[in-house]
Amino acid sequence: MASWGEASESRLIGKRIPRLSGRDKVTGKAKYTFDINRPGLLYGRILRSEVAHANVVGVDLSEAEALPGVKAVIQIVEVGKKIRYQGQEIAAVAAETDDIAKDALRLIHVDLEELPHVVTEADAMAEGAPQIRDDWAGNQSDPNVREEGDLAGGFAQAAVEVEATYHAPVQTHVCLETHGHVAEWEDEQNLTVWASTQGVFGVRNDLAGSFNLPANQVRVITEHMGGGFGSKFGPGVEGRTAADLARITGRPVKLMLTRKAEHLVAGNRPSMTQHVRAGATGDGRLIAYDMKGHGTGGISSGAGFQAPYVYHVPNRRAERVNVAVNVGNQRAMRAPGHPQGAFAMDSLMDELAEKLGMNPLEFRRINDPNETRQAQYTLGAQEIGWHRRNSTPGSGKGVKKRGIGVGSGQWGGGGGRGTQARVTINSDGTVEAVTGTQDIGTGIRTAIAIIVAEEFGLTPTDIMVKVGDSGPGLPSGGSGGSQTTASVAPVIKTAAAAAKQKLFERIAPQLNAPVGDLRVGNRTIYVVSDRTKTIKWELATGQLGMDSISEGGEWDEELRQGGVAGTQFAEVEVDTEIGEVRVIKIVAVQDCGLAINRLTTESQINGGVIMGLGQALLEERFMDALTGRMLNANLEDYKVPGTFEIPEIKSIVFDTHRKVTGVGEPPCIPTPGAIANAVYNAIGVRIRELPITPDKILTALAEKKA
Amino acid sequence: MEKFSYVNATSLEQVTALLSDSGWGEVMLIAGGTDLLAELKEYVETPKTLVNLKTLPGMDAIEADASGLKIGALATVADIARHPTIQHHYTVLAQAAGSVATPQIRNVGTLGGNLCQRPRCWYYRDESTDCLKKGGDICYAVDGLSKYHAILGGDPVYIVHPSDIAPALIALGASLKIVGPEGEKTMSLEEFFTLPAANPFRENVLEPNEVVVEVQVPPAKPNTKSFYLKAREKGAPDFALASVAGVFEMDGKTCKSASVVLGGVAPAPWRSKEAEAALTGKMVDDTVSKQAGADAVKDAQPLNDNAYKVTLTQNLISRAAMMAAS
Repeated sequence: MASWGEASESRLIGKRIPRLSGRDKVTGKAKYTFDINRPGLLYGRILRSEVAHANVVGVDLSEAEALPGVKAVIQIVEVGKKIRYQGQEIAAVAAETDDIAKDALRLIHVDLEELPHVVTEADAMAEGAPQIRDDWAGNQSDPNVREEGDLAGGFAQAAVEVEATYHAPVQTHVCLETHGHVAEWEDEQNLTVWASTQGVFGVRNDLAGSFNLPANQVRVITEHMGGGFGSKFGPGVEGRTAADLARITGRPVKLMLTRKAEHLVAGNRPSMTQHVRAGATGDGRLIAYDMKGHGTGGISSGAGFQAPYVYHVPNRRAERVNVAVNVGNQRAMRAPGHPQGAFAMDSLMDELAEKLGMNPLEFRRINDPNETRQAQYTLGAQEIGWHRRNSTPGSGKGVKKRGIGVGSGQWGGGGGRGTQARVTINSDGTVEAVTGTQDIGTGIRTAIAIIVAEEFGLTPTDIMVKVGDSGPGLPSGGSGGSQTTASVAPVIKTAAAAAKQKLFERIAPQLNAPVGDLRVGNRTIYVVSDRTKTIKWELATGQLGMDSISEGGEWDEELRQGGVAGTQFAEVEVDTEIGEVRVIKIVAVQDCGLAINRLTTESQINGGVIMGLGQALLEERFMDALTGRMLNANLEDYKVPGTFEIPEIKSIVFDTHRKVTGVGEPPCIPTPGAIANAVYNAIGVRIRELPITPDKILTALAEKKA
Repeated sequence: MEKFSYVNATSLEQVTALLSDSGWGEVMLIAGGTDLLAELKEYVETPKTLVNLKTLPGMDAIEADASGLKIGALATVADIARHPTIQHHYTVLAQAAGSVATPQIRNVGTLGGNLCQRPRCWYYRDESTDCLKKGGDICYAVDGLSKYHAILGGDPVYIVHPSDIAPALIALGASLKIVGPEGEKTMSLEEFFTLPAANPFRENVLEPNEVVVEVQVPPAKPNTKSFYLKAREKGAPDFALASVAGVFEMDGKTCKSASVVLGGVAPAPWRSKEAEAALTGKMVDDTVSKQAGADAVKDAQPLNDNAYKVTLTQNLISRAAMMAAS
């Protein structure tokens, strides 16, 4: 049975290994899609609607076409069709310089017949609101209802009840590298695209389909990528447009989204509003849960959220609807549906615990069926100093009050089939590992090198890892769902093992030993039954001559496992005069199975916590009801955490087993709930709406006082 | 942005001559460009000519002596924030300058640009929104989203003045040297700023053919304590939700005189004579400081989303007063 071996036997796996691309990234040598400049490059730009809802009456490209330096202008939206949100694509240009492209956009004349829009959920759900989707009466989808147990019976057993409304607004992904592509046609049948994507093969297949090309004649390259968080799986309109402009002009075209477009059309995390009534028995068991909620994913559906979350409620009913608004569509965003669901549930848990007069951690222990998290509660409580929390919320002295809170999360991340890889040993001792996955910043490149180096007795820097290129024809899935490592690592491991076996077979006669007795040491191969028999790695591979070893691998289910649990504790300080919340410390205890690289795993946890902190305290998309436009499609008023916001983060990799599980998404889940609960513990007033900004703190404190 | 011609200034006479033929917006001045470039990129401004002031010699000097402080309009925000005399004797100014934006912006942004910067209002900055400030019919903040808008002096335009440095300088009693075609004049910085009721399109009385060249600050009085307190949602970069520049002449816990100027709450830096009156001659304690805060906002008229600024402003003032007394 395949295994990763014992921890004591691992030289590299599970240790802290600096990422291979780190030096290139900090020195600027690493080339992201934004940095790709090809000979004869043209600059692409897209004209977008500033109107949220309209009929397209006419589009006149002629003036733009006549501008010197403009090489192509194409219309994207057809006359007679509808504009359904701000930012929707109307036309595109390719020009000799980016400035000419920008000027050309302003020479495109668009005739729109404006229609009444709704851009807020309140407006969309109001009586007599304009109908913006033909298939949704009242702009609402049919409710999704899930029911289990006996709700009325449950409430009858409840000793305490809480009824509350929790809200999380729409959040956008804020990828530091915006979506974009550089497209170049070698000839009419061969297309190469540099893409800022989470899935090179997905982009390849989409573009092959769109341009009616054989898939093997489209090559997609993503050497380095500046963040996707679920929003970068296909080429999108902008990618197909870049390829189209390049095809028409016969020249390479770079088309990257502006920051504004990134906010408007490149995806978002749907909002959540839930009205919940829940009850618990006198001995602290959750007994009944009744939730009615809604959210918006823009004009599309997809605004689901987890409710209830993590904790077991035997009698429950949850009813959710999607609300349509004239705003750009949602896309998967780091743990879709989880952080907002967790925020509401963990807030509710604390509210119930308080009514019961019970320690909120004790209340969780009673209702959390997950054994891993039970152990994490103990560890996390110790690390944060749970005993220091205010037993009476808000009872701290002075203007600046501290509080401590807890939140929980869960995720899958078990990986799947569909990755092809090759590990090659050359006669000069060099090693290549090639697969079609992509390193979206999570460090899979380094993880691959670690696995191969461990297998061969080498160091990670000895391994040339080639990822992010569909060219070699070794497909791998998109990097989403926290699946990459669990999908790729088993294939690399078995490929490396197969290559090693081949090398052993070549060397065994020379060492005069059975193949099964051969082992790798530090850059050597030796015979386990007679350790005097040893050969240096390069001398062994030198026997290969022209005959390199190159082996593929299999996805071995025994090497991975799905399902992770996490819990986080937050300590905050609230300035009760200014309304400012400062996070002092987050303890993130995250189960992740076998961490191939403990350093990058901790980095992922840090990143998740920071993103969760942004959702908790800062991030919100503001839509203007009157104009139909987003008011903060920038990074000035759409606020993301900066250095001042980032607290001490204690990321604890919680080892539970030695099988690989992905951990990209789960660390952002418990953070908002933990922070919200800590704020309550500090000031004794509950903020049920994210983000927890000074206006909400001051308003809530004033209401309490009144 | 639209195309424009670019002129490196050689003298103030040349600059005012270039300006004098045009109204607002045809010829514009650029120094650090941290505000103007964003306006050009968003097509909020579309000048035909930009005049680069940075080629004017000597206008970035900071002179501090017994007669007070003279700061050239081209001194950078960072120069002001790190100047030892300013840090020591005009603390409120150093603190205000240090709270501006980010190190990168402070390194290029200038004093003159900071005082003359345009509002950050999200309706004003949106090219497609033809708001009252830009000659349209309505101030969208009145019925729209107004979390960052004015609670004082707004009618009919509810922008807030974004400068951190202006409230500090006004609290220090600064005056401004302005050069126009007819020569130079000096006016108090407080009178330089105007409210929308007087002119909804501009934030100050500068004429289209004038240039701010220098700020003068009278010598610091002995026994003076000064502070700049800035509330914001994010550490940096972020504009003030509300800020207080306070200069207090103290005799122990007794306030002999006070200057209290608010930022982030009104279309111009807002001198709170009410807070000053509540503190002057008083032994500053919890009650007195709270009263000063309350008096300062008694005429506040919040919009839909910014009532929190009333409490916030009040608390910032009383905090500043208590700091002066401690």
